[in-house]
Amino acid sequence: MSDAIVSIRNVTKAFPGGVTAVDNVSLDIAQNEFFALLGPSGCGKTTLRRMISGLETPTSGQIVIGGEDMAFTPPNKRPTNMVFQSYAVFPHMTVEQNVGYGLKVTGVATDEIRRRVGEALDMVKLTALAARKPDQMSGGQRQRVALARALVKRPKVLLLDEPLSALDAKLRDDMRMELTRLQETVGITFIIVTHDQDEALSMASRIAVMDKGAVQQVATPAELYEHPRSRFVADFIGKVNLIDARVHRQIGRKIDCELKGVGRMELASDGLVGGQVAVAVRPEKLKIAIAEPASAIRVQGRVRDVAYYGDTSHVVIEAADGLDLSVNVQNDTRLGGSGVERGQTVWVHWAPEDSIVLTE
Amino acid sequence: MENWKQNPRVFWTLGIPPSVWLLAFFIIPLGFLFVMSFSDKAIVDGQVSITGYDYLTGFTNYIRAFDPLYLGIMWKSVWISALATALCLLTAYPIAFGICFAKDKWKPLLLLLVVLPFWINLLIRTYALIAVFRTQGYLNKILGWVGLGPYEMLYNNFAVVFGLVYVYMPFMVLPLYATIERLDKSYLEASLDLGGSQFQTFMRVTVPLTMPGIVSGVILVFIPCLGSFLTPDLLGGANALMIGNVIERQFKAANDWPFGAALSFLLMYATFGALALRYLFSLRSKGVDV
Amino acid sequence: MAARLKPGQGPLDYGSRLWLRLLFAAIFFVLYAPIITLVAFSFNTDKRGVVWRGFTLDNYARAWNNASLIEALTNSLVIAVIATVFATVLGALTALLMWRFRFPLKGAYEGFMALPIVIPEICMGVALLLFFVNSGMMEFFVHMPWPLNLGNIIFAHVTFCFPFVAVVVRSRLVGFNRQLEEASKDLGASEWQTFWSIIVPFMKPGLIAGALLAFTLSLDDFVITFFTSGPETVTFPVKVYSLVRRGVSPEINAASTVLIVITVVATVLAMKLQAPPRADKG
Repeated sequence: MSDAIVSIRNVTKAFPGGVTAVDNVSLDIAQNEFFALLGPSGCGKTTLRRMISGLETPTSGQIVIGGEDMAFTPPNKRPTNMVFQSYAVFPHMTVEQNVGYGLKVTGVATDEIRRRVGEALDMVKLTALAARKPDQMSGGQRQRVALARALVKRPKVLLLDEPLSALDAKLRDDMRMELTRLQETVGITFIIVTHDQDEALSMASRIAVMDKGAVQQVATPAELYEHPRSRFVADFIGKVNLIDARVHRQIGRKIDCELKGVGRMELASDGLVGGQVAVAVRPEKLKIAIAEPASAIRVQGRVRDVAYYGDTSHVVIEAADGLDLSVNVQNDTRLGGSGVERGQTVWVHWAPEDSIVLTE
Repeated sequence: MENWKQNPRVFWTLGIPPSVWLLAFFIIPLGFLFVMSFSDKAIVDGQVSITGYDYLTGFTNYIRAFDPLYLGIMWKSVWISALATALCLLTAYPIAFGICFAKDKWKPLLLLLVVLPFWINLLIRTYALIAVFRTQGYLNKILGWVGLGPYEMLYNNFAVVFGLVYVYMPFMVLPLYATIERLDKSYLEASLDLGGSQFQTFMRVTVPLTMPGIVSGVILVFIPCLGSFLTPDLLGGANALMIGNVIERQFKAANDWPFGAALSFLLMYATFGALALRYLFSLRSKGVDV
Repeated sequence: MAARLKPGQGPLDYGSRLWLRLLFAAIFFVLYAPIITLVAFSFNTDKRGVVWRGFTLDNYARAWNNASLIEALTNSLVIAVIATVFATVLGALTALLMWRFRFPLKGAYEGFMALPIVIPEICMGVALLLFFVNSGMMEFFVHMPWPLNLGNIIFAHVTFCFPFVAVVVRSRLVGFNRQLEEASKDLGASEWQTFWSIIVPFMKPGLIAGALLAFTLSLDDFVITFFTSGPETVTFPVKVYSLVRRGVSPEINAASTVLIVITVVATVLAMKLQAPPRADKG
């Protein structure tokens, strides 16, 4: 990609203890993108983030920011800024001083500092609190200070470390919308680093899923959810039923395979003949029927558990061969509920096109 | 914690022995000293008595303490202590900082290395310094090999300041280490990330945020420096007197106990002043010390 | 400041910066070189002690045969042992009192207990001198047979040691789970039985650390001893002081080395005992 603002090329980071936190990662992040680095803790996303902002240096590889290799440029010389997970709002400075800090240390004129700090505070709606000290503010307000402090620098890239994790549920929604709005207004590339799939799915335009120091898949949220490329991604993003399957033969773009506990069928895939694959089906794509349905894929089982969540119910059905299937049932009538009860024998069925064949 | 009235027998059993001891061997002696500071030597048959005193005669001893000669010595004690404290801070800060950023497995050993000299007898350490710095000492011997010296390095203000730094540096490292260790390193990262250079980060973020430790360390070093007696006595010789040496002279050679007592109290007031200052700082910096 | 970072080194990895390592080395050198030289030259054959002429233990033998030096060292050790016993008991009582009870003017009481720690040594020294002379204790103890003639010094040492012990023991007690005490009483133990079987064993590391601290403080003290000792009762630091005023000699090196070894061992022991139990050992 030629218009990439951040281009990570074959970056490896090995720590002295022998741990390879980031293993030969290549990644392009476009101008103006709302990008997310998503993965479980220890997947290397934090190390990658620290290398982009210059707090860590790679063992090998290039980190090109704005067309220049900055792998070994100190953080204070990079056009990147970060909103820390702990916010790291300086406790000995007022809000105004915090926001102006980055301009002051780089020698911006006092008048301009005042003007730009004013604008930035306006943007995050903190003008009224300009003279406050951080210890007199809530966590949400401190995060806005951190945000204004980074944005006022007009960086090419803004990194956000777990931006919603420390907020309570209500504030999360506000901040999510706020961040999306800000990103659209300021036109800066945002990179959020998170372990929380909701955070990434709801805000980012593109997501890189990382595991064990490597990038597993880079795609839009919908693509990741509906077309995961590996078991890891399918399992990490959302809930999923993973069914082991054996491939018998390839017929054009389809495979003839045997799903454990379900039966033999044809599914769209380029799977290898004789190979072991997994078939992933999202719980909301599964349907429950009392009478045997006409659907091509159907399996009979016994309801083992029903959990009621208000809008949906999660039903776990025990089929043959030790196969457990999770089904999300919409409670779309007030008194109907899920319509099944524990111990009942029911049919589970789904459309063949809702099956995702995973070879990795 | 329970109220003492719930178990007065245990309360008194625990409380009486240390309280009585402190009263008898500390508070009462200080009371004697206090009374003595307002007293004068008795005049018996027109002669100044050696052992007799007229008690509570007035403030003459305190007034005498403000004689230019003694004011000069007090002033010198203050600036020698201040200089020694500043040098302690300058050497201790990088040490404390370095230990905090060292690998975890090295930290205890490095701390032990800093603290250990403090446990070696003060006199022995001062003696070791004399052996290094005296005219026929090791340093002059080494300088002699390259054709320099010998220099007279002892018995001046420099030697006293060096001695005080040498002796009290560990006092400075410990509080500094404690605050730097507790400092959230993401503040430093944020400062670098926002464009601050290493130096700006240090001056504008690290130093202000570790101010409580700096104040503690400064006070902890300044107080014993101000009241020091042994170091100026052995390293300073006749021309580097500090207040402690003047007090000692009043009680030994000059045998003017009332004046010595007054000087002692002035020194204690200065100490309490320094402690009060530290307390004020701790109140002010409450918001910072996170 | 380097405009570029080195591979694998972050901007906050100060531990691997060369200038900091050099500074560390320099400061530790200045800190230890005099002491190491002192110890090394206690094994030197040269009498004037500046040039290394060869290894010998003669200085130790001479120090051993120097009756006044040995007497001073014995006095110091006797004073330290006795003062430690008293200071540990008084310190432990103070710590228990502060830990267990709420009482009026507790803050002020705490302040008074900390006074011997904060006031300049010389002030305490002269106050005690004045007190011992005026109360007749000086006259009384000076003419007693050894070791009772050390009485004044011991009183003085206990006074400045026990508040330190109290601090150490109290910090240990803070970690005590009061429910253990309640459980013991609930099971029928009396106040006294609970104290000896539950609280004292818990306090033990604090007591040992406090005692070792008192021991080193007492052994190290020069200023207060200097004022409270009579002409006949000389401790090791006071003796060294009078020798040092006359000049440097390898004998002092030898005797000092012995004292250094004693204090370093006591300190390292105290630190080991005081260190909080490591989480990974549980």
